[in-house]
Amino acid sequence: MRITIKGAHLYDPKNNIDEIGDLYIKDGIVTESSNTSSDIEIDARGLYLIPGLVDIHSHFREPGKEDAETVETGSKAAVKGGFTSVAVMPNTNPPIDNEGVVRYIKEKASNLGICRIFPIGTITKGRKGQELSEMGHLYEAGCVGFSDDGNCVENSSVFRRALEYSLLFDVPIIDHPEDSDLSRDGQINEGIISTKLGFKGIPDVSEASIIARDILLAKFTGGRLHLAHISAESSIGFLKHGKEDGINVTAEVTPHHLLLTEESVVNFDTNTKMKPPLRSSTDREALIRALREGIINAIATDHAPHPVYEKEVEYSLAPFGVVGLETAFSALYTNLVLKNKLSFEELINSMSNKPAKILNLPLGEIRKGGTADFTLVDTEKEWVVDPDNFASKSINSPFIGWRLKGLVKLTIVNGIITFRENEFFKGGKN
Amino acid sequence: MVLNRKDLLGIEDLSREEIEGIFEVAESMEEILSRTIKKAPTLRGITIANLFFEPSTRTLNSFVLAEKRLSADSFNLSASSSSILKGETLLDTAKNIQAMEVDIVVIRHSVPGSSFYLAKKLSSSVVNAGDGTHEHPTQALLDLMTIRKRFPDFKDLKVAIIGDIEHSRVARSLILGLNKMGASVTVCGPPTLIPKWINTFGVTVTYDITKALPEKHIIYVLRIQKERQEESLFPSMREYIRYYCLTYNRLKEYASPDILIMHPGPMNRGIEIESKVADSEYSLILDQVRTGVAIRMSILYLLSRKKLK
Repeated sequence: MRITIKGAHLYDPKNNIDEIGDLYIKDGIVTESSNTSSDIEIDARGLYLIPGLVDIHSHFREPGKEDAETVETGSKAAVKGGFTSVAVMPNTNPPIDNEGVVRYIKEKASNLGICRIFPIGTITKGRKGQELSEMGHLYEAGCVGFSDDGNCVENSSVFRRALEYSLLFDVPIIDHPEDSDLSRDGQINEGIISTKLGFKGIPDVSEASIIARDILLAKFTGGRLHLAHISAESSIGFLKHGKEDGINVTAEVTPHHLLLTEESVVNFDTNTKMKPPLRSSTDREALIRALREGIINAIATDHAPHPVYEKEVEYSLAPFGVVGLETAFSALYTNLVLKNKLSFEELINSMSNKPAKILNLPLGEIRKGGTADFTLVDTEKEWVVDPDNFASKSINSPFIGWRLKGLVKLTIVNGIITFRENEFFKGGKN
Repeated sequence: MVLNRKDLLGIEDLSREEIEGIFEVAESMEEILSRTIKKAPTLRGITIANLFFEPSTRTLNSFVLAEKRLSADSFNLSASSSSILKGETLLDTAKNIQAMEVDIVVIRHSVPGSSFYLAKKLSSSVVNAGDGTHEHPTQALLDLMTIRKRFPDFKDLKVAIIGDIEHSRVARSLILGLNKMGASVTVCGPPTLIPKWINTFGVTVTYDITKALPEKHIIYVLRIQKERQEESLFPSMREYIRYYCLTYNRLKEYASPDILIMHPGPMNRGIEIESKVADSEYSLILDQVRTGVAIRMSILYLLSRKKLK
């Protein structure tokens, strides 16, 4: 199977690629040009060819909540948004705390062949925060990291042991930093808006205090710590200090925390409700700065689908979380890159090779002999976020109605086209 | 005539002119209430649903009476009797009520923004009768009108609000309303019950009641709920009383001699307010209740005008 992509603007800052050129793919691998004819030739003039995007934090809800999302609809949402690899969080039902669930998800994903799916295993059995999961079994079955996401591992001793035990496998322990005593009953960020609207707030210290603890434990154990969805300026100081101290810690930030603030809540739209909550504009600016400075390593969507009937309720009764795979790239490109708050280089790095590195994935770059996972983007094309066009089963997006620039035209996973102009191809278009 | 809007959801988005307009109509409603036959045919043919998803005696009765005085058809739906218990969503409940050709929905709900959410979804008018700890606009309007009878232009008026500011929709709406009318506000209570960001409301904060009382025209006492003590927001009722109960002695020692006292009810006598204060000549508490009916009549009338034409 050979594909030739002609006349694309090849762009991969990691490998200093920034040129108009052709790209040759043979059996899923990037090759030198050859005289043999291609099976498929793609005219990509006027388009950027970037490394397939890597999301290290999504929820595909399968098994257990298939009315919100499935491996299939999640995969489609991913490739439509330009993602070729997605790590899925284990807060499914049953949770990914045994090899059976890992195999179930991997089998579904490979039968579909739309997108690469990497399961994250739970840190503790049943995500209860008490006993360690069988990390070895999970790792061997294909888990690329461990997290009780949705729950923080609040027992410091258990978290210490998780960091220690994971040294066996050199995979990250991913914490959801939230002191649930401080955040209990909280709906939105504790601040001016929560005071005005009368919501119980989630103070930034509920995140920062756990981050401080986690970093101290990472230092003490030597384990690999990854911190999910950083939202507050007060967390960043600890992170910076930890990195300067040589501690093995990485962190991610979501598109919605980079683009929105607590001000969005004033209309009581439940698509502004997520954990951690949208914070102040000072926090947002600090997150962008930390991403640029490398204190925060990567962008992750925290794609969290919920069906309409669950979100179409009183604010405090709605579940936390928003979808993000289909809007992440374009929303960030439009509102950060085109507004000179983040460079195109920083955006691509933060969504491809840098997240891949956190999970040890040999992906997210354009390299001869490398894996052929790519995304073709029309950076001039404008579009409006319309829930009727979502590939995801859920439409709980805070960006509905936004006019965005930059549209994913085609996605190649493992050398085959799985998305092209609103069409999906299971097992690739051969 | 002002108040050209579908819903009455909060004090925040009302202008001073709209508030004055509500008062003017309420004054003519008070005239109706002073007649021997306290009834007018004004809202004949208008249907009103009172959706109370949280317990209420005073506010519900005040709305019901206002509706009856103006000859509207109305019915009440409370959380305990409603299909909410059977798992129906708020939106479905409200849509069903709207399908019965209801003109105005009066809603009380424990979640902030619930009335805003319904207002967006329904073509009927929505009146917020209290949404969680967010707003309670009809209470603030009746409070402001009660004050206005003594201080018609609110100029140089100084009000202290004492108690649980954090969990009080009454305080939020009242602060917004007093600010709009040009009065200055001091809030006082234990630090755990005063939101950290309350100064963005343009109020003065003190934790010391003896500093809150002097040089004020009105002391507004809030109800303290026993649950707050269980949430560790203050150590005991005994200690709350020690520091924050509005006692007769405190009043005499620190407040000006022509001080006036208000309370939204229901009162915890002996806890946030001493009986001797509540029943004193300084108290406007029953005036507030009386004014409440007229204010609600005014709002229901103003929101129905388009349909009545």
